[in-house]
Parts: sequence; C-alpha cells; structure tokens
Amino acid sequence: MDQTQPEPHRDPDAGPAVRFDNVGMRYGRGPEVLSDISFELARGSFQFLTGPSGAGKTSLLRLIYLAERPSRGLISLFGSDTSALARDDLPVLRRRIGVVFQDFRLLTHLSVFDNVALPLRVAGQRVSQYREDIVELLNWVGLGERIDALPPTLSGGEQQRAAIARAVVSRPEILIADEPTGNVDPEMARRLLRLFAELNRLGTTVLIASHDIALIRSMKVPVLELAGGRLTTRTRAA
Amino acid sequence: MSQTRRPAPLLPPEAGRDLPLLAVCAILVFLACLAVIGAAGTWRASDAWTGQLASEITLQIIPGADGDGEAAAQEAGQLASGLPGVISVEIRSRAASEALLRPWLGRASLPDDFPLPRLVTLNVDPDDPPLAAAIETLFDDAAYRVIVDDNQLWAAALARASITVRWFAIGLALLVCGAAAAVIAFAARASLSMRRDVADALHLVGAPDRFITGLFQERFFMLGLKAGIAGALLALLAAFTLAELGGTAGAIFFLPSLLPGWGAILILPAAAFLSGLVAALSARLAITTALAARWA
Repeated sequence: MDQTQPEPHRDPDAGPAVRFDNVGMRYGRGPEVLSDISFELARGSFQFLTGPSGAGKTSLLRLIYLAERPSRGLISLFGSDTSALARDDLPVLRRRIGVVFQDFRLLTHLSVFDNVALPLRVAGQRVSQYREDIVELLNWVGLGERIDALPPTLSGGEQQRAAIARAVVSRPEILIADEPTGNVDPEMARRLLRLFAELNRLGTTVLIASHDIALIRSMKVPVLELAGGRLTTRTRAA
Repeated sequence: MSQTRRPAPLLPPEAGRDLPLLAVCAILVFLACLAVIGAAGTWRASDAWTGQLASEITLQIIPGADGDGEAAAQEAGQLASGLPGVISVEIRSRAASEALLRPWLGRASLPDDFPLPRLVTLNVDPDDPPLAAAIETLFDDAAYRVIVDDNQLWAAALARASITVRWFAIGLALLVCGAAAAVIAFAARASLSMRRDVADALHLVGAPDRFITGLFQERFFMLGLKAGIAGALLALLAAFTLAELGGTAGAIFFLPSLLPGWGAILILPAAAFLSGLVAALSARLAITTALAARWA
C-alpha cells in the first residue's frame, strides 16, 4: 500500500483537517471493508477519491463524517482524536462538515428552501438571518424557480443540486461529496465543480468521491484511489 | 418568495396516524378522571357523614305498655337538654319515625297502638360530647326505656372505609397514568423508527440529541394535551349524566354522589396539563434511550 504523504498545510500551526492512521473498518461481524487506511487531508486541500464500486469509498466517507466508528486505527478531525470524543461533542464537530450524500437524503416533507436551511436552523439561526443567502445559493445551483417544491417533485439532478446546496450553505470547513455530479448534465457538473472550487478557495477542505475520470482530470488535483478496501495510489492528476 | 416565510415543522404532520393513539390516550384520561371524581365524591360524602355523626346523638324512646310516647319523648328531651355538651334538642314526631321505617314497611300506616319508638336528636358539641353512659344514667328511674345510639362507632368505621376507597381510587388513577405513559413511550419509539430519515438527517447536520428529542417531546405534549381535554370533558359529562339520570345521587342514600361540584371544572385544565406532561416525559425518555442506543 502506498503510505501517502500529507499535503502541505496552509496554516502550519494547525493539524490536518482529516488524518487516518492504519484505520480498519467492518460492519458487524463481517469482513473488513477498509483495511490499513492511512492518509491526511490538509486544511484547505481539494482531493478526489476514486475506485471501483464496492471499493469502500462510501464507508471511508462515512468514517469522516462520523456516521460510523472505525474497528481499529485512529481518525483525527481538526486535530482531535474522534475515539476520545464524548457523544455530546459530536454535533459541534459535525457542523464543521458538509456532506453531499449519494442518495441525497432530502427530507421529503420539507420544501427545497427548508431542506437547504436545515444546517442553519439546527445551528439556531432565524429565517430572517439566512433567507437571502439561501435564495442566492439556490439561484446559483439553478433551483431558484423550485424553491418551494417538495423533493419528490424534483428530478434526480435537481435533488442532487438541492443536496449540494444544503451541504455548502453553512460554509463548512470540510466538504465531503459522494458522486455529486452523477445525475447532472456536463454543463451543470462543471458549474457545481466551480462552486466546490470557490468554497475551497475560501478555505474549505474538499473531498469528492467520483467515478468520473474526465471530471477528475479536469480539476488537476490529488486523487486517492481505493481498491478492495485499501488505499492503493495517491496521485496528482495530470 | 414570501418575505414572511415560516420554517416548516421538522417532523411531518401525522394526523391520520396519530388519531388512534389520541383515542387510546383520551380513553385512559377518561378512566383516570372518573377514578378521581369517584374519590372526590367519596371524600365529600365521608366528610359530611362523619361531621354529622360527630355532632349528633340519637335517643330511642320506648314507652312502657300503657305509656304515652309523645309525653315520654318530651320529658326525655327536657332532661337531656340539661346535660353538659348538649347544644339543642330536637324531638322527632311519630310521623318522622314512621317515615324512617317506610323503606322497609311500605306506605301502609302503622296501627295507632303500635309501640313505635320515638326519636330525640341531641345536637352536641363535637369537641366535648356527653358520654353515652352519662345519658343512660339520666334515665335510670324513668317510666320508659331509653337507648342511646353512639354514633362514634359508626364514624370511625366510616372514616376507615372512606380512606380505603380514596387510596383505591388514587391507586387506580396512578395505574391508568402509568398505562398512558407506557403507551406513549411505545408510540414515541415507533414514531422515531418511522421518521428515522429525519433523525439521521438532523444528526448529520449537527443536531444534538436534545434537539431531536425536543421535536418528539413537543409533538407528544400536544397529543397528550388534546387527549387530556377530550378525556376530562367526557369524564365530566359521564359523571354529570350518571349522577343526574339514575346514578347514585339520592337514589341510594349511603353511596357517594358522583355529581361533581363546580370545582370539578378544574379537572379539565389539570387533566390536560398532566396528560401533556406525562406524554412529553415518557416520549422524552423513550427517544433519548433510543437515540443513545442507535448512534455511537
């Protein structure tokens, strides 16, 4: 396995945004779906995660956004060992991470506006504080006309864009996206990537899981590749 | 877009699915309220009976073979009125004695020469009543016989029975509250399972457990509140109907009346609030436990 070298930090005094040390993970008593994973995501870095289906990409992402705990090894987020975190500390940490799920996970009884506002509402903000920001963001992702629509009435691409808007609305320090452009046309995919790049430029650490080789190559950023639950290569795309 | 946009409820409305639960809770509140109304009726009746028994002593005047009942009663009353602790004396007429026997003997008049005992009621100081022995001594030389009914014996037995009934009713109300709490806890867990998508999404955007618990707690508080109002209204209605249309009020004199006084109207806000509180607390406990078990 390739023992990867960490990206250079933008802030030398801060630790990496994400650090995995020999992490293994299994579901229940099943076989390990991830084995001996070690890597770092420097703060402010932009990386892709790729690999064939079943390689463990989604499981790796779930570990980062604290939906699962590793069976072994050490995971640090923003310099904190996640195994040492109390349950009450998890919400604060999760608010620093934006996630675009492969299956979107929009709440079907809430409008697009209310779905996108969810992280801000949970953080205790009032509608008057975030209304304009959300309208602007939804216009940017092309959902300005669907602001009051319910998710079941949206196309797959529209749902994906709503999920992306929800993930980025609170300007998280880490953005994790699982196949975020899988259901949109190439033009919208480029537009969404520009949104991710802009967030990254503002300091957000971005990790995107994707099969789309053309998309990955277009960004010219480092790529983590998983195969059979192991991190096999780490390359900088040409 | 509307400038007056309000945030939508994070838990979807489930009015249709909540209806059976609302009905079960309302029925439980109804039963609890009936138990409380019954206990309150027993309480009031017992207080009235014991108070009356403690302030009255009854003398049965049995005239001799050729004696004049009326004269004997008058004399006995006069003698008794001089005893310390006797406040006043009430001499009951023969007609009053006949009225007391009417439930057993029917409306037919008794023969005039029937030696019907006459009754004399002594209204006494309940804190310092004359002793039965002292009253009996007073009539040792009288030409008629006097039997003193010592009501204190009745009063003690009545008070014991009343306390038993009260505790039974309170226990019954608590048992029904416990059943309601268990039903709500079960429903809250089912509701969480059904809305796992909401709980997952909220967790992943950084909602603490107490935020999610608060949503379910609020929903079940409102459900409990509605069930409390409905159940208490039905119980009041049932109590009034039962008491007025062939219930216990006056029909059977020794049973407590279920007819609630105006004070019983307080049972409505009290039952609604308590029902909401029980529902909210049991939902909170169930959801907190379920969340702690499901997310590491």
